[in-house]
This record gives sequence, C-alpha cells and structure tokens, in this order.
Amino acid sequence: MRSLVIADLDKGQLAAATYHVIEAARQLGAPCDLLVVGEGCADAVTRACAIAGIERVLVADDPVYAASLAENLAPLVVAVSAGYSHLLAAAGSVGKDLMPRVAARLGVNQLSEVIGVESSSRFRRPIYAGNAIATVESDDPVKVLTVRQTAFAAVEPRGGDAERVELEQVIEAPSTRLLGEQRAESERPELTSARVVVSGGRGLGSREGFELVYQLADRLEAAVGASRAAVDAGFVANDLQVGQTGKVVAPELYIALGVSGAIQHLAGMKDSKVVVAINKDPDAPIFQVADYGLVADLFEAVPELIEQI
Amino acid sequence: MKVLVPVKRVIDYNVRVRVKSDHSDVDLANVKMAINPFCEIAVEAAVRLREDGKASEVVAVSVGPKVVQEQLRTALAMGADRAIWIETPETPETAGLGPLGIAQLLAALVREEQPGLVLLGKQSIDGDNNQTGQMLAGLLDYPQGTFVSGLELGDEEVEVVREIDGGLQTLALRLPAVVTTDLRLNTPRFIRAPDIMKARRKPIAHTAPEQLGVNPAPGPRTLAVHPPEPRAGGRRVESVGELVEHLRQAQVI
Repeated sequence: MRSLVIADLDKGQLAAATYHVIEAARQLGAPCDLLVVGEGCADAVTRACAIAGIERVLVADDPVYAASLAENLAPLVVAVSAGYSHLLAAAGSVGKDLMPRVAARLGVNQLSEVIGVESSSRFRRPIYAGNAIATVESDDPVKVLTVRQTAFAAVEPRGGDAERVELEQVIEAPSTRLLGEQRAESERPELTSARVVVSGGRGLGSREGFELVYQLADRLEAAVGASRAAVDAGFVANDLQVGQTGKVVAPELYIALGVSGAIQHLAGMKDSKVVVAINKDPDAPIFQVADYGLVADLFEAVPELIEQI
Repeated sequence: MKVLVPVKRVIDYNVRVRVKSDHSDVDLANVKMAINPFCEIAVEAAVRLREDGKASEVVAVSVGPKVVQEQLRTALAMGADRAIWIETPETPETAGLGPLGIAQLLAALVREEQPGLVLLGKQSIDGDNNQTGQMLAGLLDYPQGTFVSGLELGDEEVEVVREIDGGLQTLALRLPAVVTTDLRLNTPRFIRAPDIMKARRKPIAHTAPEQLGVNPAPGPRTLAVHPPEPRAGGRRVESVGELVEHLRQAQVI
C-alpha cells in the first residue's frame, strides 16, 4: 500500500486543503507521496518536501499545467499511478474535475467528498445534501478519493525531508484551450479554511445591505460567505456561496445574517463549531441548527454587535 | 448537430429524507420523485441550442426501471425531440451501479448515436457524486467542461464558462465534448399542459446494457446509511449584549 496525494495549488503556493488531505492519507496508514503539478511551483515544492510524513514529492512544473485542466492532468496522474493503492485530492473544483476522469481512465470507481476513513477500503461520505452519511466499501485495486477538507485536521507543515522527483513527461491535450480566468480578489481569509465565517442571505435586501456582512467580517477578521439566494439576487459573486452546490465550511464560528437556512445551505455549514443566526423571521429553519439565535432586525443588531465586540 | 442529454430520476429536492431504521438506505417508499435539478438545466440548455438553430436534435436518455420514463417524458415536454430508455431491472443504486457503470453505458450509447455534444448535470442530488460527466469524457477521451454557467456552441468548438474556486474560467473545447451544468447556467422553463400532450406522441426507444454490449462495472458497496450527528439544540438570546456574552464564554470571539 502506498498513497499519492495530488496537491492543490493557490497562486503557486500549496493550498491549505492539501494539508487536510494528507491527514486523510495518513489515516490510511500507508507511506505517502505528494504530486505537485502546476506552473512556477518551486515554493510549493520546497514547502511540500518539509511536510512530516511525505516520502517523495513528484514535481511536474510546466506552463501546460497552469490552468489545472483535467485533460492534461488526468493522463499525468494515470501515468504516475502505478504502485499506488490510493489516489487522493481535495474535493475542490480541481479535484472534482480531475479525479473522476482519472478513475474512469483506470477503470475504477471514485469516492467523492470522503469525511471519514474507516479502513483502507472503507470510507464515510455524505449523501442527499448531507442529510445522510453512507459507509461505503470499494474492492477496486486503486481507490480514487476526493476528500472533504473540513472533516480532517491539517498535518504539520514541518518535520519532513521528502525526496524530490522531477517528472520529465509533459502531456498536453490539443482538445482544450484556456481563453481566460476571472479571479475574485480578496484580502480576507480563504473561505474554506477561515476560523470565522460571516455569511449573508436574502435578508440583507441588496448589494448595499450586504456591506453589513463585510463590516462584521472585517471586525472579526473573518471570511465572507453567502447563501444561494444572496448570490442569485446579485448581492455577491458566486464563489462566496456556501452550500451543497457551493463551498463546504466548518469554521469555529459561523455567523448567518439574514439566511433562512434552506437544506442546500445547511449542507455546507452545519459542521461549524458554533453557529449564530440573526434573522427577523423567528420561524427561519436556520434557528434549528443555531447555537445562539437572535430574532432581530439586522440593520439594528449588526451595527450594535460590531460596536460591542 | 445532435445533443445528447442524460437525465436522472431522483427524490424531489423539497423532500426531507429519512434514513431507514435498519440503516440500509434512505427511505424512498412513497416519496415524491422528480428529474434531478441539474439535469433539468442541461435539458433546458440543449433545447435552447436547438431553438437558436445551433443544434439539430436533442435526445434525452435515462438509465433505470420503467418509472424513469416519467422523467424522459418531462424532458420531452421541455422540448427534447426523442428519448432513449436504458432499462435496468432496478434503480441504478439498488442494481449496484455507480457513476462508472452509468458512464460506461452512456459511452456505448454515445458511440452509437455520435452526438456532437453531451450535456449532463454536474451532480445528482441523491448520491452527490459529481462524477458521471467527467467519467464519460474520460472513457471517450473527449474534452470536458464541468460546472458550466456559460455556454456558446460553435461548429468546431464549444466555449464554456466554468465556476471554479476563486472565480470563473473560460475554455474552448474541440467537439465532440462533454459539458456538465451548474445551477447558474439557466432557469428551466415551466412546462405547459399542451407540451405534456405533445410529449406523449414523441418516441422513447428502448435498449438495455446487453444490447449496448456493456457489462457495467459495479459501484462501491453501501454498507450502512446513518443520519448525520444532530446538532445540540440551540437557544434564543434576547439581545446583542447577551449574544456577545455567550460568544465570549465560548471563546470564539
């Protein structure tokens, strides 16, 4: 048994999610290697080599891999997969795009959004928008997994001395061209790894009303999230969406402002340690999962809250 | 150009699911079923392509027992031209099929039908796998455009806007290609009574795994299904002051 974790990169750096996925791999009890693939990832490789428990860091640094396209990454992962019993990646947009393609090329199943490792072949994962947890077993010779990062602690970024292995082979699929990327720039902590998340819903009423969320988030040095209703109403960009179809977060403190708490949204935040809801509708379902609920007008309560903390 | 749209029959998204007391599965007896919302968006996108003259034919397909014809009729009522029913004795889940097995069946159908574009939902709201489109593309060695919120179909290429962590990405994929839809791609149309009548006259062809020459791979085995850990009952606070006090005590601020 030997595991390969495919690292997630964020602006050339190792993304926080990678440290959580390595913890999931560590729980398999097998030696673990890391694949760092992208463009200009020298820093990421240096850091990767220093992670305790990583034996080898496979490096594919080439402009071809800059956009993390599955058509280019999947053949590379398949090419290096021999000898590995487990292939793991974070259940982010790259991992979800890539791993099923890898699994299909290998003729095996893929397990998505794993939240628990029971043995080397038995895993737990949420189904039905997190309303049920399935324990599943795979007989496949290679287990291809995506891991929900919020379900695993992060491994220490130090204490390791991994061997660096350069991959010579570069694979470029002619079928796909990158035309452009629009990245939402933010000074705030990254949503999926933030300690505190302040999230806004339709109750904010408008794009201007959503400023309240930013103000409270600034006060708490928190990341900003949103419900689908707030995204669809055009208050914020869709990359802030928390929920089944958006991002899954599990911060220490989750503050929901004007969020009703549809099942869709709860699937993305109900593993938060402490949940606070402020909503003027006393019957909003969010109050059923909130540790502390305040029925109040946001536009009075939030400025008061900012003042008191 | 022909567009193939796989659709799945799933529990209606408004239904609160219950786990069976023997923990074998969720209870689907007497529960309202519907077309998967992401699949509905894929059908809508395909029908719009045909209405815009960019596609010549829209073919809906579903895998499962006879009841999946209901969802094929829905796709036909939305404007699909014809449908194909790949019959399995039970639902894919109870028949032990996972996304890989489904993708193998769809790949065989794609080789027969030769569509220029396959449009799928990005995930079904029951299994939450988010795999079938990517697996299909992998098996066929087609390019893939996943989590798509913008779609522009040309003769040689399809241009897609993808929702990725941190923003949007625009790709051009050489046809034939596989595209999976995100929620923001469109708002599916409302089906009117005359559309349902018209859909009854549209053909649903029948096929089966054997006829497609596929022995689909079994999916992972489900050993048990449990309800999630319930959150401890929360409490109401009366004022902002009281809230702040609790948060200080819990040491989260």
